[in-house]
Amino acid sequence: MKKVLERVVKWLLTASGFVTSLVILLIIAFLFAEGAGLFRERVIEEGYVLALHPDNPVREMTAAEIKAVFDEDITSWTALGGPDVPIETFRLEDADKYFTEEQLGAQYENAGALISELIGSRPGMIGFIPESMAVDGAELNFIEDNSISPAEVFAGTEWFPTATPAPLFGMLPLLAGTLWVSFFAILFALPFGISIAVYMAEVASPRVRGFLKPVIELLNGIPSVVYGFFGLIVIVPILQQVFGLPVGESGLAGSIVLAIMALPTIVSVAEDAMRNCPTTLREASLALGATQWQTIYRVVIPSSMSGIASGVVLGIGRAVGETMAVLMVTGNAAVIPTSILEPLRTIPATIAAELGEAPAGGAHYQSLFLLGVILFFITFIINLTVEYISARNRAKNR
Amino acid sequence: MQALRERATFAVAKAKRPPQDDHMNRKKPLITIFIALCIYGQGCAQRIKGSDTLLPLTQELAEKYVGKNPSEEVIVTGGGTGVGIASLMENTTDIAMASRRMKFGEKMKFAEAGVESKEVIVAYDALAVVVNPENPVDSLTREQLEGIFRGKITNWKEVGGTDGKIIVYSRETSSGTYEFFKESVLENKNYMASILSMPATGAIIQSVRQTKGAIGYIGLAYLNPYVKALAVSYDGGEHYAMPSVENAADGSYPIVRPLYYYYDAGKEEAAAPFVTYALSAEGQETVLGQGFIPVDFEK
Repeated sequence: MKKVLERVVKWLLTASGFVTSLVILLIIAFLFAEGAGLFRERVIEEGYVLALHPDNPVREMTAAEIKAVFDEDITSWTALGGPDVPIETFRLEDADKYFTEEQLGAQYENAGALISELIGSRPGMIGFIPESMAVDGAELNFIEDNSISPAEVFAGTEWFPTATPAPLFGMLPLLAGTLWVSFFAILFALPFGISIAVYMAEVASPRVRGFLKPVIELLNGIPSVVYGFFGLIVIVPILQQVFGLPVGESGLAGSIVLAIMALPTIVSVAEDAMRNCPTTLREASLALGATQWQTIYRVVIPSSMSGIASGVVLGIGRAVGETMAVLMVTGNAAVIPTSILEPLRTIPATIAAELGEAPAGGAHYQSLFLLGVILFFITFIINLTVEYISARNRAKNR
Repeated sequence: MQALRERATFAVAKAKRPPQDDHMNRKKPLITIFIALCIYGQGCAQRIKGSDTLLPLTQELAEKYVGKNPSEEVIVTGGGTGVGIASLMENTTDIAMASRRMKFGEKMKFAEAGVESKEVIVAYDALAVVVNPENPVDSLTREQLEGIFRGKITNWKEVGGTDGKIIVYSRETSSGTYEFFKESVLENKNYMASILSMPATGAIIQSVRQTKGAIGYIGLAYLNPYVKALAVSYDGGEHYAMPSVENAADGSYPIVRPLYYYYDAGKEEAAAPFVTYALSAEGQETVLGQGFIPVDFEK
């Protein structure tokens, strides 16, 4: 009877291990599958075409050029290798400006023919119209609709996921923003975190520790949106005054909030690791005549290095993946930051702010999953690095 | 109150499909009872779906309407204007709420499906452009606003203010307010890349309040003394108007969008009682209470 029970428990444990791993792998596979779909999407919105006058020789336009044309930043076809005629843009919403309701017909049966004719008669016009409307007017030329290229995505510097006719998915500003803000967050959190951990593990009396530890762990229980609001109302105005900034929402505000949020994780894990340092090691060090301070930094810290490192990784993990607090204080401007005092936009904040409204299965949706893949790789690389460092340390200590 | 509205919108927007649908499919006997009730009782449940901007208003209207007509049943769900209009075409809703006019493409689809839709304006919603109260600038034209939000004008000096960088705040791309402002003020062009996008109207107010060179846009109902509203001109500076319920109602304030109900003209009898209630004096009082502009304000 006992043996059967043992076997069942053993089987259950194995099964749960396998199921968990499988689920994790499936989630990653899902993330990759959705993200990779972006490169199969077309540059121009689905179901639409960009139609030109038949004499216009321009055939290829990048997404950035299409945006510039429709924003009226490029106003002549010469800039795109075409004839010297000014560009006129036409969107379906402009139909009312050119035609009356009567002309279009009660069921809009004449719309396709009228619009095709209009574009066919204006040498400088570029029309953003549904594919179905352009078919009956055969006398038109079209911009070739290539699929979105990885170079435009990974090296692109403009993030306009909802721009029409051609959205821009340049992820460089978001990647730079995430790395920048996390780097500074860790820079602030690390010295504070380690010193608090050393103080609590080695210096503080049991009574002080008994008070401090729950207080610091309390920080972990505060919802991140509260940190965000605190940051927006307190930290942002302070930074604005101290540095004389035109705008307080900046990478620095984000890093400070993230540092505060990462602190409890770093402190509690590092402190546990130090307290688990064998008493024999400590006593041996003291017996050899080392002072308490020498014992701490020559014996205790090196021997608990792997624990401290994992605390730091968990802290970084929290900083890299944090959404709400960052969303509220960094200003979310999708530009590549040149200093920490500028507004920036992070990957998690982008996913959180945009996923809810992105049409499922569309290019915008898939681009957000691709951002998730990038985030996954960032954390993965950090994990591997720390694994490597702590493995080397362990080998040295032996 | 306003914060609550946004919260509710968000929560309901997540539940895109009304749970009743699956529920009914699984329990066939219930359907029979339901249909029987519909036949014997006065009204079948009226389904209203669409814009999240209109959702809290319609919910309150529906509550009051049902309170007056206990035999009626109204189910209101969000999901966005696009979802509402698509469901009207598929006949999965009786009334579609829309925070914009039906698009040309959507009209085409209705025409293809042979459905004739009727359009009713239930209320108006105005957007106010706000700056820090210390800013001496009082008014801007649409062209100036376009320049500012597209990053062509970067210093307050260029629009008659004191020397200082213009800090431009916008809403996130998912917001209907973002789209409407882009359509109306930027004439469908894109905002500049370095615009600061905030997750909520409350955050915009907070930021504009504490940043000297800030400019942003918020719904009329959110205006408060901590931020200064600007007078806006759409005719190149000849006539400026301050954002207010009065100016929005008489048409002198330009950044106003109508909010619509759409219903199938062939099934007018089903939709008419609720729409009539929404347009009645009592219904329009609710509109005003929710911070929107009533349809017949001047009367």
